[in-house]
Amino acid sequence: MIVVNGESFDVRPGETLAAVLDRLDVSPHARGVAVAVDGEVVPRACWELFALAEDARVEVLTAMQGG
Amino acid sequence: MTETTGMPTTLTGNGAAPPEDPITIAGRTMRSRLLLGTGGFPSLELLSAAIAAAGSELVTVALRRIDPAARGSLVDVLSDAGVDLLPNTAGCYTARDAVLTARLAREAFETNWVKLEVIGDEDTLLPDAPELLRAAEELVDEGFVVLPYTSDDPVLARRLQDIGCAAVMPLGSPIGSGMGIRNPYNIALIREAVEVPVVLDAGVGTASDAALAMELGCDAVMAASAISRAQDPVRMARAMRAAVHAGRLARGAGRIPRRLYATASTPDEGLPDFGPA
Repeated sequence: MIVVNGESFDVRPGETLAAVLDRLDVSPHARGVAVAVDGEVVPRACWELFALAEDARVEVLTAMQGG
Repeated sequence: MTETTGMPTTLTGNGAAPPEDPITIAGRTMRSRLLLGTGGFPSLELLSAAIAAAGSELVTVALRRIDPAARGSLVDVLSDAGVDLLPNTAGCYTARDAVLTARLAREAFETNWVKLEVIGDEDTLLPDAPELLRAAEELVDEGFVVLPYTSDDPVLARRLQDIGCAAVMPLGSPIGSGMGIRNPYNIALIREAVEVPVVLDAGVGTASDAALAMELGCDAVMAASAISRAQDPVRMARAMRAAVHAGRLARGAGRIPRRLYATASTPDEGLPDFGPA
């Protein structure tokens, strides 16, 4: 069980970050999106191969009005 | 007060404003001296119209958790408006969170510019100076163009410049308070203390606040709530644009000194003598 944006999220063994993002409807080409796993930025180029630990904390962020 | 803004001061006597009076921050030249915050606009349509009315070329955005129901449109609207994004680190209370947010913003928006905010108090949203310096130093080292939201403190502003910030963004008063510039002397001192551009950030409530900032020597003004939460945001955007322009002109024109007593503008010479009353 991982945590994505504060909510519990079931992952299949060996599931990559790209696969989880795809389930959230975030394509590898989505504009204005960035991802952190356990407090570190995961560059877009690494989404495809990034293996998620069982207790990974994932933050999927995008532009919001502010400032 | 020493002129340090680079404003042309040639006395041509014809009153002509410089045809182009651009501002350059970290090598990027902009014609508009009004930065716009995107927060608080009730709709993206109003935001888009306000950007056009303000003439802003650089607008701030925040980074938040993705909402699958409403995604992408803000980036698209800003892209259509032809503006550059200035991601902020709003909501960060530690250097660590601000640095991570800046890195994520760089990844998301493909810009190394960041409006660095490190907040120290949730009621006043005033900056946390030690954390701000720490974060600024780290981000400068990582190659970011750092524009820190800072207190109206000339010493802190100089420290931020000295560690490599591309500009300083002192507050006029707390974010969203609309209280204007509470310490104009400090803003003037900041203008004297640093050579990087000074962008008055936070506290602007209406057009006269923006004009005052420019008269005090600020190089640009950032406005968000003052425009987005006005009854008519688009009209206020237009007013702010005019005020920034007017204040810039007045600064360059050189105001008269303040005096306690009157100085007649009409000469006494040639005054007729009408005899005893």
